[in-house]
Amino acid sequence: MNKLLVIGFSFGYLALLFGVAYAAERRSATRQSLVANPYVYALSMAVYCTAWAYYGSVGRAAHQGLSFVGIYLGPALLAPAWWLVLRKIVRVCRQQRLTSIADFISARYSKSAALGALVTAVCVLGVVPYIALQIKAISGSFVVLVGSGGRVEASVAALFTAGVLAVFTILFGVRSVEATERHEGIVLAVALESLVKLLAFLVLGGFVTFGLFHGFDDVFDQAAARPALARLFTLHGAGTSSAEWFTLLVLSMSAVLLLPRQFQVAVVENVAEDHLRKAMWLFPLYLLIINIFVLPIAFGGMLRLGDSNFDADTFVLALPLATGHSWLALLTYLGGLSAASSMIIVETVALSVMISNHLLMPLLVREVSGRAGGQQRRFAYLGRVALQSRRGAVVLVLALAYGYYVAVGRQLPLVNTGLVSFAAVAQFVPAVLGGLYWKGGTRRGATLGLLAGFAVWFFTLVVPTVVGPGRLPESILTAGVEGISALRPGALLGLEGLDYLSHGLFWSWFFNIGLYVGASLAWPPSALELRQADVFVDVFRRRSLAEEVAGWQGHPLLPDVRALLLGFLGKKRTNQALQTFAKRFPDALAINNDQVAGASYQSAATDPQAQLLDATYQAPNPADPRLLLYAEKLLAGTLGPASARLLLASVAGEEQISYDNVVGILKESQQLLEANRQLQKQSRQLQRLTDELRQAYQQLQALDQQKDEFLYTVTHELRTPLTSIRALAEILADNPDLEEEERERFHNTIGREAERLTRLISLILDLEKLESGQATLVRAPVALAEVAAEAAEAVGQLARAKGIALHLDVPAALPALPADRDRLMQVLINLLSNAVKACPPGGTGRIGVLAWPAADALLLCVEDNGKGIASAEHHQIFDKFFQAQHQNMRKPEGSGLGLAITKKLVELHQGRIWVESAPEQGARFFVELPLAPPVRATIPFSSSYSA
Amino acid sequence: MPAILIVDDEPNIVMSLEFLMRKNGYQVGIARNGTEALAAIDQTPYDLVLLDVMMPDVDGYQVCRAIRDNAARAATKVIFLSAKSQPADVQLGYAAGADLYIPKPFSTRQLMEKVRELLSTADSASPHVA
Repeated sequence: MNKLLVIGFSFGYLALLFGVAYAAERRSATRQSLVANPYVYALSMAVYCTAWAYYGSVGRAAHQGLSFVGIYLGPALLAPAWWLVLRKIVRVCRQQRLTSIADFISARYSKSAALGALVTAVCVLGVVPYIALQIKAISGSFVVLVGSGGRVEASVAALFTAGVLAVFTILFGVRSVEATERHEGIVLAVALESLVKLLAFLVLGGFVTFGLFHGFDDVFDQAAARPALARLFTLHGAGTSSAEWFTLLVLSMSAVLLLPRQFQVAVVENVAEDHLRKAMWLFPLYLLIINIFVLPIAFGGMLRLGDSNFDADTFVLALPLATGHSWLALLTYLGGLSAASSMIIVETVALSVMISNHLLMPLLVREVSGRAGGQQRRFAYLGRVALQSRRGAVVLVLALAYGYYVAVGRQLPLVNTGLVSFAAVAQFVPAVLGGLYWKGGTRRGATLGLLAGFAVWFFTLVVPTVVGPGRLPESILTAGVEGISALRPGALLGLEGLDYLSHGLFWSWFFNIGLYVGASLAWPPSALELRQADVFVDVFRRRSLAEEVAGWQGHPLLPDVRALLLGFLGKKRTNQALQTFAKRFPDALAINNDQVAGASYQSAATDPQAQLLDATYQAPNPADPRLLLYAEKLLAGTLGPASARLLLASVAGEEQISYDNVVGILKESQQLLEANRQLQKQSRQLQRLTDELRQAYQQLQALDQQKDEFLYTVTHELRTPLTSIRALAEILADNPDLEEEERERFHNTIGREAERLTRLISLILDLEKLESGQATLVRAPVALAEVAAEAAEAVGQLARAKGIALHLDVPAALPALPADRDRLMQVLINLLSNAVKACPPGGTGRIGVLAWPAADALLLCVEDNGKGIASAEHHQIFDKFFQAQHQNMRKPEGSGLGLAITKKLVELHQGRIWVESAPEQGARFFVELPLAPPVRATIPFSSSYSA
Repeated sequence: MPAILIVDDEPNIVMSLEFLMRKNGYQVGIARNGTEALAAIDQTPYDLVLLDVMMPDVDGYQVCRAIRDNAARAATKVIFLSAKSQPADVQLGYAAGADLYIPKPFSTRQLMEKVRELLSTADSASPHVA
């Protein structure tokens, strides 16, 4: 073909790209972005398919069958996981303003400059040969197209190619120092190139399949007829082992995320995280389509050109040329040019930023800070230098690639160099994945792992490529370094039987991961490492104020935000909240003043300020990010932070809110309400328990005080008889000459006082037993008449001595009482003794005992005509040691415990005792005893427990 | 011969005290409660009153204060004999003007020593008063 025509078309095509890029930049300046959609995003990611895919796949398929699919299968399999992994990387990079894989790894591991430089070095060394490969593809295809008659040196074409691409890259890739700024021109150009290479390849594939042959069946049938081609139909027949397949998948999975150019388009140039959703299936679809015709073209080439000396890598061009379709060849050439140039441009941009930021700038900053001069001047100087150094880096990268191409690359097959590059960036996998999901990873671990992995990569995968005449001796491959067989690049440590790629990947990852994990665990992380680990691993959980303000992707309108708040908070609270916000951030609403003025003018304002505000919030203007933050916080108080975020995101148009999400939110609120209600109920129960506890405590305190008083009185009561006993005993001892009569009197008194003491002690013990609840009743049916008669008999002697008339009126027909007979007897005797004591002496005393049935109970009454009891004392008389003030003398039998014990005994029978009396009018003691006593809540030592 | 008034509502204690005092050669008066005691003191200038605290009507403190309020009875000594032996009770006794507070049950020998002691100081002081 005509050389000038080809050159013309080449430059014409590149000029078109310049135009597209320029237009995109212009549009981006006027805020009508051409690239802010998922389709451009997915197409730009197809920069993954380079000239290697375009030419090399066919070459590889021609010799190894299906194994070319491996490097596309990997990314396609991984794509669904992008939502987890890639989105996390994108989020981290946006939050931390990271612009390259070197930035990413360096920032994760305590912002280590050394690690950034190391990653950059690995990238440059790993990727420059890959760029050289693209230059070779362009120049090689040019030579094929022009033909040997054109007399064009391939290296000259390569030089031109490199030069033109350098200019393009500098113009559109390195315009400003701000690396986080997206390169919309480049992205659109790359997306267009992806489209061109896809169309060109499809046209060629269609031509071969349907033009040269009669459809797919025909191609495959003819190929199957040849034994050399038929073996390519099966996976293992072509000689690709399972290990190699696995290696291909793993390498391509790593590469599609971590190659500098992929990181550039997928992460740095990402406009919205949501675009990932579409890219997740668009990108695999692209890979599928571009590979459909690879086998037909390969077989077609082998069938038609296999006998001639054509390199299988050039079938794509050779087939249309050989059949005389030169225009088709030109189109195919342009497709290849697209694939190669887009790769070179993006890769160079990414590498130049890395080189400038991690290799050149650290040096420059150190050098400049040593100089004299003001700080401002230094910064201005650095700004200029940064831009220049980045431009310099572009030239440097392309020069290196060209140099590599000239020195080594011309002999390299397309595919292998690419895979070696893949293996280089695969060394980042442990540090990146560990950095995203393992907080324990440290700078030391990452550095050591990367160094080791890189060293092994170089030894096992790069060294064999530079073996040959005039370079490294071949004995290294066969005998090992210095003749040590463990140091053979193809069989490190004696590991044989693997293909060189699997072998290299295995050992490099073995040392890389081992050292990364081992060193991370061996040395504790620093504070900065811990913080960065948190920031990276918990990027979806942690949301700083600054990030949140900048984090919203959509542009929600003020009325939408207001409507959302109204829905969940109600009108009153919403208005209050919005007014509060307006007071705090007046400038957040200031931009809308014109519309506000107009809107408020029309409404009949009662409160001009409120009306103004109302109008402000209703004007369809974008909401200030601070308002979004404020609204989210408000909602979070009601719905919880997750739901609030979700709702606001739905308003912001950032994420689609689904019906399930809404139902989930409502359910959550409902559960919260329910939980709240239960909490209130429990709180009330707790309050009640507390009250009961307080009452019980107060009762205990009162009891305790009573106990003290009781003890005090008891000791006093005990001292009185003791005093007499001691005094009389001493008198008896000191006066041996006492008259017999007096001696006897004293002796008798001592005896009586001792008895009194004994009686007192038993009463106290009795009462104590009753009060402590240790007394038990032995219940049996008791005839009250019998007991009353016996009691009257017991006190009869005393009563007769005082001349008291005792009258008994207890009917024998009364129902039997379920009671403890002895205790009941004690009650009656106590009451009767009291009555006897109360009665006046001298024959006027009268005592009556009466009993009659009442509802479910028997009533018993003991009455006397004694001196009576004042009503103020009706309750006190049942207290321990209460003795009516009107008693003249303390009688020995008046222990002061009788009525207290009586009351306790009655209560033990679940009965009641009370007194009706007035001074000088006698007293009536009533006792009510139930016929069917209710079961008591607490029965100490009750039979129901022991049974 | 000094005269002593015994005030107690407990007959057996009165009995033993009466015996003790007579045995030691004192004249003895007896009151079985506070009211009787006040009347007895009013009538007779006793040299010493042996006073119980806990009595049904007028308690010992009141009786003691009545003695101290009576200028004619300035020379009368008061010894409390009480089963109430808490420090607070003792303080109340001295505050009411007692010369001595002896808790029950007491030692008869100690009691007699104190009685003699008190009455001898009273003797030595009496010439000035008289």
